[in-house]
Amino acid sequence: MSAQADGAQAPRARCRALTTKGQPCRNPAGPSGLCARHERQLREAAARVGGRPGEPSGGDVRAGGDVRAGGDVRAGGDLPSGDRRGPTDAGGGDQATAEALAPFLDWAEEALDFLRRRLTGDYPIDDFGYDPELVQHVLAPLLRPLYRHWWRVEVRGLEHVPDTGAALVVANHAGTLPFDALMVALALLDEHPAHRTLRMLAADLAFTLPVVAPLARKSGNTLACNEDAERLLAAGELVGVWPEGYKGLGKPFRDRYRLQRFGRGGFVEVALRTGTPIVPVAVVGSEEIYPMLASLRRVARLLGVPYVPVTPTFPLLGPLGLVPLPSKWVIEFCPPIETSGYGPDALLDPMAVFDLTDQVRDTIQQTLYRNLADRGGVFL
Amino acid sequence: MAGRRVLVTGAARSTGRRLVAALAADPAVASVVAVDDARPAEPFGAKVEFLQVDPRSPALVRVLQSTGVDTCVHLGVTAEPLAAGGRATMKERNVLGTMQLLAAAYHAPDLRRLVLKSSTAVYGAAPGDPAVWRESMDPGTPRHGFGKDSIEVEDYVRSFDRRRPDVAVTVLRLANQVGPTVDNPLTRYFALPVCPVVFGFDPRLQFLHEEDAEDALARAVLGPAVRGTFNVAGDGVVLLSQAIRIAGKPSLPIPEPLVSSVAELLRRTVDFSPEQARFLQYGRVADTTAAHEELGFKPAWSSLAAFEDFATRRLQRLVTEEQVTRLEQDALAALRKAAAWLSSGART
Repeated sequence: MSAQADGAQAPRARCRALTTKGQPCRNPAGPSGLCARHERQLREAAARVGGRPGEPSGGDVRAGGDVRAGGDVRAGGDLPSGDRRGPTDAGGGDQATAEALAPFLDWAEEALDFLRRRLTGDYPIDDFGYDPELVQHVLAPLLRPLYRHWWRVEVRGLEHVPDTGAALVVANHAGTLPFDALMVALALLDEHPAHRTLRMLAADLAFTLPVVAPLARKSGNTLACNEDAERLLAAGELVGVWPEGYKGLGKPFRDRYRLQRFGRGGFVEVALRTGTPIVPVAVVGSEEIYPMLASLRRVARLLGVPYVPVTPTFPLLGPLGLVPLPSKWVIEFCPPIETSGYGPDALLDPMAVFDLTDQVRDTIQQTLYRNLADRGGVFL
Repeated sequence: MAGRRVLVTGAARSTGRRLVAALAADPAVASVVAVDDARPAEPFGAKVEFLQVDPRSPALVRVLQSTGVDTCVHLGVTAEPLAAGGRATMKERNVLGTMQLLAAAYHAPDLRRLVLKSSTAVYGAAPGDPAVWRESMDPGTPRHGFGKDSIEVEDYVRSFDRRRPDVAVTVLRLANQVGPTVDNPLTRYFALPVCPVVFGFDPRLQFLHEEDAEDALARAVLGPAVRGTFNVAGDGVVLLSQAIRIAGKPSLPIPEPLVSSVAELLRRTVDFSPEQARFLQYGRVADTTAAHEELGFKPAWSSLAAFEDFATRRLQRLVTEEQVTRLEQDALAALRKAAAWLSSGART
């Protein structure tokens, strides 16, 4: 029984090699300590440089990968017959085409690896249901074109977000659908030097909707409640909160860039209790993606959602109206507001909580006005 | 202490059988009184006295008062309405059975320790729940079925705790058990040829390996007495979709409006109590740090390892990892061949 228990304690053996991106390989290891793919790469590399496939080691494999990437491909006459695969198989074929196809083959190999791990349930998630592989391979690549080409997001002040440890990111909320939250998260993931994952606190509606609910969890979000926020901050995570909630997200276009009420200051209490710095964030551009002219209140009540927007294109153009307008975005991270100096008494003092809430709100509002004035035009 | 005398209720069922065997094997235990109203599949070993009585019968009072039992382990709360003979009987067994046991225990002069096997089902399953439950958090929302029974049972045990301060009361809230021998609604669910799931939901689940369940209960009985309530579960979480894939089964998404009728079907086949359909929609996760720090219990199996062990040893997989790996290799080989053909064909 104890032997079994020991076996259970040791996680499943993983391949010792590194991928081309320098991350540890996630495939299950064979008897040699390598996965099938890296073992083959190693053999091919060894055959190419004329050596014998010796005892594999992590470093060797990586070197093997580099050889392969460098295009040092020779006609593999001395390859063991069972391994006549890959670019070497071309024999006297077109070297240029083989080299052109190599990156595609690498990509396909990675994609198939990913698919297999999905199909066999072999991927890690944390206690909140955050699935880093899904974000890295599927969700982030889907959002990146919007971020880079559609809204051409410009990010400022990333140095105000710490490389490690907890911080509470507080931003304005607008745009009918919470694309602003996704863009702030993608900015931190792609452009922050430490590639930080933003764990967002989402409205309870997100966790009751089919399809949306599991996606919200898998992308690292959790319910906006004190317990979850404190748990994430205690674990040293970067937590994102949008205190305006639906009031900000679903406000009419004429009120654009005017911050709504900041809830009851719950986020400040959480920051005070955990001594976490607050990083105010001002997002310019999200207000114009779906300019909301009116809300169909009766339809909204019927569907059980907070609002059903009427925009210049929706519902007039039908599904085409769901295409967001290509406004120009500027996301600015402001200098952090420290809360560790306040001490435990501040929590008992509602004035201190109000003051801090107002300070965060003012910072965001002022930054919004400044960046709005800077921005040449809505779509430029 | 001149040898411990332990009474175990619900001893004929899987957890009970294993716990009784483990306790009887321990040199510190002088005797075990195993109580259940059904006969166990196999007879118990030496040191074990089996009593086939209804937990509600007065015979139990006599046992507790006369045999000098110093520890009472209550495993008699069941989550299976069909096996119990209907929801009403289940409730009666769970709640009234506990009341009777506690009434008898109140008059047991030598009793020093009471261990209750409860369940993380007390937290229910709802979209507005905190992501990770700590023991001190209040589940709040109204509940029914097994979860409500468990809450009521825990309440009676807590009131017993107040009335007999000389008895150390330990409540263990166990997560769903899996393993090579355990048989419960959830293990039967994963043994179905197709696993029905709620469309568009993918709950987080926690599993507890049966060995760990036995270990935690045995520690509460034999280790130093620790008062309090503790969540017991394997580390980490497993998504339902992930579990179904590890189990090698196809899943069948059911749109929300049809869930109640499918749940009814599941109730008949795998003996799901109604609130377990909500569990498969929203899931739940409990924090186990208190059990680790105060009880000194660290599970040997993570949720994922426990489920993998259960899947390999108990389930007929329709889709195996080898098949998927072979498929991957085949696809890759085909791509390579195509690439090789392209690079040689481009020349001619």
